Amino acid sequence: MATTIRMPALSPTMEHGKLARWLVKEGERVAPGDVIAEIETDKATMEVESDDGGVVARLLVDEGAQNVPVGAPIAVIAEEGEALDEAALEAAPAPAGAPRGAGQADAPAPAAPQPEPAPQAAAPQVAAPQVAVSAAPQVAAPGDGGPDPARNLSITAPPMTDPVYGDDVTFKEMTVREALRDAMAEEMRRDEAVFLMGEEVAQYQGAYKVSQGLLEEFGERRVVDTPITEYGFSGLGVGAAFAGLKPIIEFMTFNFAMQAIDHIINSAAKTLYMSGGALAVPVVFRGPNGAAARVAAQHSQDYSAWYAHVPGLKVIAPHSAADAKGLLKAAIRDPGPVVFLENELLYGHKFPVPQVEDHVLPIGRARIARVGTDVTIAAYSMGMEYALAAAGMLAEEGISAEVIDLRSLRPLDVPAIVESVKKTNRLVTVEEGWPVCSIGAEIARRVMQEAFDWLDAPVLTVNGKDVPMPYAANLEKLALPTAQDVVDAAHSVLYR
Amino acid sequence: MARKTASAAKRPAAPRKAARKSRKRAPAVADFTRDEEFAALRTMLLVRRFEEKAGQLYGMGHIGGFCHLYIGQEAVVTGVFMARRADDEVITSYRCHGHAIVSGADPKAVMAELTGRAGGISHGKGGSMHIFNTAGHFWGGHGIVGAQVPLGTGLAFARRYGGSDQVSLTFFGEGAANQGQVYESFNMASIWKLPVVYVIENNRYAMGTAVTRSAARPEELYMRGAAFGIPGEQVDGMDVRAVKAAAERAIAHARSGKGPYILEMQTYRYRGHSMSDPAKYRTREEVQKMRQEHDPIEQVKRRLLDKEWASAEDLKEVDAQVRKIVTAAAEFATSAPQPADEELWTDVYAQAGRG
Repeated sequence: MATTIRMPALSPTMEHGKLARWLVKEGERVAPGDVIAEIETDKATMEVESDDGGVVARLLVDEGAQNVPVGAPIAVIAEEGEALDEAALEAAPAPAGAPRGAGQADAPAPAAPQPEPAPQAAAPQVAAPQVAVSAAPQVAAPGDGGPDPARNLSITAPPMTDPVYGDDVTFKEMTVREALRDAMAEEMRRDEAVFLMGEEVAQYQGAYKVSQGLLEEFGERRVVDTPITEYGFSGLGVGAAFAGLKPIIEFMTFNFAMQAIDHIINSAAKTLYMSGGALAVPVVFRGPNGAAARVAAQHSQDYSAWYAHVPGLKVIAPHSAADAKGLLKAAIRDPGPVVFLENELLYGHKFPVPQVEDHVLPIGRARIARVGTDVTIAAYSMGMEYALAAAGMLAEEGISAEVIDLRSLRPLDVPAIVESVKKTNRLVTVEEGWPVCSIGAEIARRVMQEAFDWLDAPVLTVNGKDVPMPYAANLEKLALPTAQDVVDAAHSVLYR
Repeated sequence: MARKTASAAKRPAAPRKAARKSRKRAPAVADFTRDEEFAALRTMLLVRRFEEKAGQLYGMGHIGGFCHLYIGQEAVVTGVFMARRADDEVITSYRCHGHAIVSGADPKAVMAELTGRAGGISHGKGGSMHIFNTAGHFWGGHGIVGAQVPLGTGLAFARRYGGSDQVSLTFFGEGAANQGQVYESFNMASIWKLPVVYVIENNRYAMGTAVTRSAARPEELYMRGAAFGIPGEQVDGMDVRAVKAAAERAIAHARSGKGPYILEMQTYRYRGHSMSDPAKYRTREEVQKMRQEHDPIEQVKRRLLDKEWASAEDLKEVDAQVRKIVTAAAEFATSAPQPADEELWTDVYAQAGRG
């Protein structure tokens, strides 16, 4: 069976090349792997090998020929004694498909032309009934090059909105720590595939005691102490999720997750897409995030914006115990990877938690934590402490602040923020993270694009200072935002 | 060269227990039956012809980006798959076309993934480095060097967690064998006695860096688990019989609950690291010598002819059948439509009840 050797491309952009030299003659024998020619462009020279052994039946291009198109037949190798089909050779068989030509010419496939998509198909996800985030009509931002990725989200936790509890439901004061523990325990009782893995989660009962009692109830098969090897055990957890388990990977703090971020992003967030939907990765990465107290720069950092940047991840950062519980349960049930950012300083805070059998909240929904009319303050996690304190201080001056607890950072509940801005016409964001490329910066972008005409003042962002976290008590205090910073920002957007 | 001799001279420094269990080169290899020889030939030829065609399509501009060919290493995946149970899990790096095909993926769908077409096995969204075939227990296709090692260890964790006796076959190159996460994985696999076989495909060059320049004790990568108590074995990865025999021992060890096992497959890639590699770090003579003296496919063919189990015509017939499959794959891959524009936005997030 004769084989045709074609002009190869040295690079994805090469269209023509020069056949610099033939190293074989017609009638010569070649072995597999023998070099038969040298080709060159203005950038490089490369050798052309024969994959097959046989006899050089034809050299179809003269030595020194310039501008030989990529994909053009240059030689024919035949088996010994094989009679060539001269007619077929004369016809100089065209490559199986169109060779790379000028510009985009390599693209369209002639075999089955794609019909023009119907206009409404341009943003196919918008119409999907499960989409929660796109409840309010949105205009595609001109610079974004496509529909908002958030529209691709299907909010898969059972509820689309927060459950409404009647008078028959009692609330119990619980710490965030207890709420998180209960969420994990309930989901582990509910689903055998759920397990907890991390440093000191089992025998030590959790570095911050979040997993207290879980080893006793579920045993060491499902509550797994790991070596101090974040990269390794995060990858192991993702592999277990490939195989159908639902791992909860605890980082002692998210500072250490930087060693594992390759698996969070490259292995967990991107695999569903890269596999064309074949391989979902139901894993939760959770642990304390953000500034702790007096532990200096390497142990005090807010990673919210880092993870919120990544398509394929959902990112949750709750403030209250009830939200922590309801959203962690939703995260564990989610069929994809979720980054769940807790806060060490909030673990001991108490909040009322509904005493119901299955308190599950929707991912991607903000919550109005305080209703107001004059200025909107959007915050999450520890930022809510400053926001709520500031709202109290503003109320004393007769300013009515509406406080939005974002809870989910990806998907971000932009419609809820826009709705509030339409009422107050002023917006302040609050977070402990650095200001550059922050969650506040993202909110400012979205509100500018989607509620520009409703704003009576520029959006102001209150952030941690743009420095590594210092150790000294006074400097640490200066590095973090305060309720007064939020009050000042509110005054500023109110021009008071 | 001096360096190699020196390190070889003072070799036996590894912990004794693991060293006792480990061995350099397996004992004499049992012969294949006629059927086994034919099966190995068919599989290895399919992979080789597929990769040659992929190289041609790349050269013609149909395949873009990175394209890492498996030519020369066919005996490794073929022998290991001959030893595995059909439900044992497999994961590897970006040099993944061969593993995908041998796991049962349709060559058409794999080739169409390489050309980025709608009919690609990942709908054209993964490309050459990200081929998955979960139905065939093949979990990809991973582009970050070494990342598949903890992932594969996690597959083993999941199977043990579920009470199954499936084994994870985790492939990686000798370059990845220097990655920190590999040793984090060895450690966990050993303390938890996970059913994983680590298959080091030592093709001697991590991109352009020879193993003698990049690895400590390059002549005994099979000892890399010694500190963790993981037995290892060095295998002639160009001899499909040796590969199968060693894989059978390793898989039996892992399946029996004794924990992980390392196989160092000494193999060779004929082509560059990727298509854009001019391969100036080694001589053409070195490559040709390997091809002429150790080629895994030629070895099988020679045995079939010597034993008169096949005629030259029979071998040609096998080749013709394989070429037919590969030609059909190439035709499909170059004529299938590109993915629809809407595919850009799908599969970013999983839907409930899927996957």
